[in-house]
Amino acid sequence: MAESLVTQRPVAPSRVRAGLRRAAIMPALNEGDQIAAVIAEIYAVDPDIEVVVIDDGSTDNTAAEARRAGAEVIRLPYNLGIGGAVQTGYKYAFEHGFQIAFQIDGDGQHDPSELDAIVEPIARDEADIVIGSRFLGLGEYKAPPIRRVGISIFARLVSAVIRQPLSDTSSSFRAVNRRAMSLFAQEYPHGYLETVEATVLASKHGLRLMEVPVHVRQRMFGRSSLTVPLASFYAIKVLLAVFVGMFRRTTIQLEEDE
Amino acid sequence: MTLRISFIAAGAAILLLVVIFELIRSRRLQERYAVLWLLTGFVLLVLALWRGALGTLADAVGIHYPPSALFVIAAAFIIIVLLHYSTVISDLSERNTTLAQRLALLEKQLEETGGRSPD
Repeated sequence: MAESLVTQRPVAPSRVRAGLRRAAIMPALNEGDQIAAVIAEIYAVDPDIEVVVIDDGSTDNTAAEARRAGAEVIRLPYNLGIGGAVQTGYKYAFEHGFQIAFQIDGDGQHDPSELDAIVEPIARDEADIVIGSRFLGLGEYKAPPIRRVGISIFARLVSAVIRQPLSDTSSSFRAVNRRAMSLFAQEYPHGYLETVEATVLASKHGLRLMEVPVHVRQRMFGRSSLTVPLASFYAIKVLLAVFVGMFRRTTIQLEEDE
Repeated sequence: MTLRISFIAAGAAILLLVVIFELIRSRRLQERYAVLWLLTGFVLLVLALWRGALGTLADAVGIHYPPSALFVIAAAFIIIVLLHYSTVISDLSERNTTLAQRLALLEKQLEETGGRSPD
């Protein structure tokens, strides 16, 4: 699907990110068992990146483990939900002058060796937001059928709304530039499945979206925190938000390129 | 049930739905708090227009005058929405306490480390 969206693999990966200040935003809720390993893996691939862990009200040793691994840790005073946590990271990255912000999960399902592939279209100024898609042929994404159906429905819906074919709008492995950061710092959806709404929001504000294929590893640790009733509620909520969003005018000023 | 009651009830339900939509669109109501309201509006709209279903429902619970069943259902939804908001308010007030405590502790810490408090 959507061959034209697949960008070429970078020839010289280290050149891609040269000179760009990068932050990796990692929302985390009770990930103390493995978060240090996940952070270490990112630093092994890219020692100059700043990993920013947003501890979304964990009751375990997530914050201590993340600090031990060398990450900057922002502890929220209570659980805000994934959307609020991720936005905290975008605000931090924007205010601290980062040029690139990655979004990466703390459970190890995203492979840091693919950070270069995701940032490349931004480095070439061909996109403002790059989404790592699990459905563009790299590896096989194994998920329960109901989850796959949901992901595919959202992808089709969003593709129709923003008039651009996307294969994986609910992927939380992405990279954004400062323009997108300035949008997300000001406005970001609440709750779960926030990436779907964020994709529509970005497109409405004229940001250029692109997908690159990524591998997804089996969830290395733990299980999804999304239970079926919660997922259903948020699915309805996201559908509602996308629908109402079509009748909204854009009001947010983005930072202009320097 | 007369047609007039059906139309008035349907009109009220549509008005409710329109108001909810506009509140969401103008960002005065978050989607997650609108879901329950929208469900209320849809159920009332469907039952107002689908007179057969309302009649069957009224019969089943022993209500002789079907429009009364509509009142009962509307009241049930209002109770659910109110209860939901009570839990939301409880959660908010707890978070407010946590925030105030956090802020006060931070201000104290700032004073101790020689930083000046904002005022």
